[in-house]
Amino acid sequence: MSKLTGKSSQGDALSVRIKKSEAYFSFANKWSTVVLLVAILVIIGSFIWWLNIPLIEDMFTSSTITLIMVLGFQLYMGNSGILNWSYVGYVGIGAFAAAIFSMDPAVKALQLPTMYPFLVDLHLPFPLALIAGALVATLIAAVVAWPLMRLSDSVGAITQFALLIVFNVILAQWSQVTNGPRTFTLGHTRQTTLWVALGVAVIVIAAVYYFKESSLGLKLRATRDDRYAARSSGINMVATRYIGYVISAFIGGLAGGLFSHYILSITASSFYMQDLFVILSMLVIGGTMSVSGAFFGTLIVTLVRQGLRQAELGLTRSGFEASGATEIVLAILMIIFLIWQPNGITGGNEFSWSSITRFFRRVFRRGSNHT
Amino acid sequence: MNVEILIEFIINVLSMGSLYALISLGLVFIFGICQLINFAYGEYITISAYAFYFISVYTDISWPIMFLLIILAGVAVGYLSELVAFRPFRGRSLDALLVSSFAISVILQRIFQLGISPRSKAVSVPSFFNLNVSLFGVVTPLRNLLLIGVTFILLVVLLIIMKRTPLGIAMRGASENFMTARLMGVPANLVISVAFIISGVLAAVVAIFWSARTGSVEPFMGATPLLIGFIAIVIGGMHSLVGSVIGGYLYALVANVLSLVLPTSLLSFRDAIMFVIVISFLVLKPEGLVRGSYEEERVG
Repeated sequence: MSKLTGKSSQGDALSVRIKKSEAYFSFANKWSTVVLLVAILVIIGSFIWWLNIPLIEDMFTSSTITLIMVLGFQLYMGNSGILNWSYVGYVGIGAFAAAIFSMDPAVKALQLPTMYPFLVDLHLPFPLALIAGALVATLIAAVVAWPLMRLSDSVGAITQFALLIVFNVILAQWSQVTNGPRTFTLGHTRQTTLWVALGVAVIVIAAVYYFKESSLGLKLRATRDDRYAARSSGINMVATRYIGYVISAFIGGLAGGLFSHYILSITASSFYMQDLFVILSMLVIGGTMSVSGAFFGTLIVTLVRQGLRQAELGLTRSGFEASGATEIVLAILMIIFLIWQPNGITGGNEFSWSSITRFFRRVFRRGSNHT
Repeated sequence: MNVEILIEFIINVLSMGSLYALISLGLVFIFGICQLINFAYGEYITISAYAFYFISVYTDISWPIMFLLIILAGVAVGYLSELVAFRPFRGRSLDALLVSSFAISVILQRIFQLGISPRSKAVSVPSFFNLNVSLFGVVTPLRNLLLIGVTFILLVVLLIIMKRTPLGIAMRGASENFMTARLMGVPANLVISVAFIISGVLAAVVAIFWSARTGSVEPFMGATPLLIGFIAIVIGGMHSLVGSVIGGYLYALVANVLSLVLPTSLLSFRDAIMFVIVISFLVLKPEGLVRGSYEEERVG
């Protein structure tokens, strides 16, 4: 018996050591995704900062904010497989809430005469206002979401869609809070600078990736892949989805706050179908199932959109009415991707160190075959 | 309560309800068979309305042929969109179908905006549509009564098709269990195409009466009927044709009552209230008022 245990303990030690090194490598490999994505973002950001051209800097800042939106969208939709229409509603709530928190009471009283007095008195510094705005979105998600998480498939999609319309109507009509259908103007200078957006994006990339790899994310992905198997393995589907949804709403609210402090004047209609369409196309083209998909989808669609926008402007200047052509191209691209490459350009995989080495090894092998 | 007001209220509810019943019927025909919530359905209505606009403004053919052409436009868009955007996704995830229908809807909207005009265009409605008739002392435009009549005829025709013809029976079978119906020899392509064609016909009829009421067409006009259709099918029951008709009439009733009862300060929130009703229906009674071939799909 003692011999046996002795032997086995020796064997165990060995296997533990192997497992440890494997775990180390897989850990490093897993986190290489975050490191690589952050590195790409920071390198592009620093380069653009070094170029010091205001127009390009603005473009980078706004697309970094969009990236945060898409990441939050991916967190729930990618892991749970539920098309979350209401997400842009939380972005809108975060945008308005953060703006209300950060504005100076005197400016508020001047700009928004219909506002409730207790809201006028609120005043927080920008970083706190940002978090407070995101927390408001989270709170609303936490209150409404629980019963909705029981619904899947088409019923679930209609519910989320209905929720988006409810949010939009309330944001567009509640003049005591959002200035109603009129434009809501933040009376101060731009506070979401390039570095603020970049910093938040770095944190969000790591957070979304950590969520995906955590046990909670794994459970959520299990509910996506096989509902019945997940439930029979003891996963509480409603609770798992609920937490994912609420976290997603937090990131959405954060992105909304950054957006309103970047663009400085917002209306409820900026958080509706059109924006949903843009972030949805980014996620679908990149690949819904991976964080890298959200990242590269945002990158590619942003570049495509900017290119098309310039072409559109050129056409309009030469006399053609071409506004809106960008959306047509994006929608067609999205359908093409859905038909032939339903997991997007990343194919549902993460961009990591091993994927790069594998790629180069394949290229090398192919090259040697030819020679 | 004044009798005339009551009659006017009833005529309003019946005519609006007929329109909404047709809208939701068009949605449910597709949903029943493909499980697809067709976001492009609003654009089917828009296309038919633009056909109405072009034919009525640029040609002077008589109105029966005009209506026939409008319905053909609806049929064409229903059939073609199925062929291009929905057939490649058969047997794939619901989300892909949903996203695809959303994309088709965006494409069509932008094409109208770009190709025709972003502003609204006035249609010229046949004059008998706006003829005022007096019914029990209430004056109402003839189109309201026409709408009620046309809806009644359409419902009877659809009822006969669904109950009596082999095609209708095949479609009902397919909406109950698509796989089993196929194993029994029901041709999937035919059934799905016919569902989209019927949906297109209904969209065209809706387009005629909708743009006759508003008097104009614009690229984004499909959004409102689409939302109404969503509400109506959820209330009535998404898996039942009868349910969707009931849902349409019920929506008209609730909307009319709300606009009478709600104080003006809350009137702008009417849509929000309607959709809160929708959400609570989906959570508490997801099968709707008429159960149909509903299967439990909730968890927890």
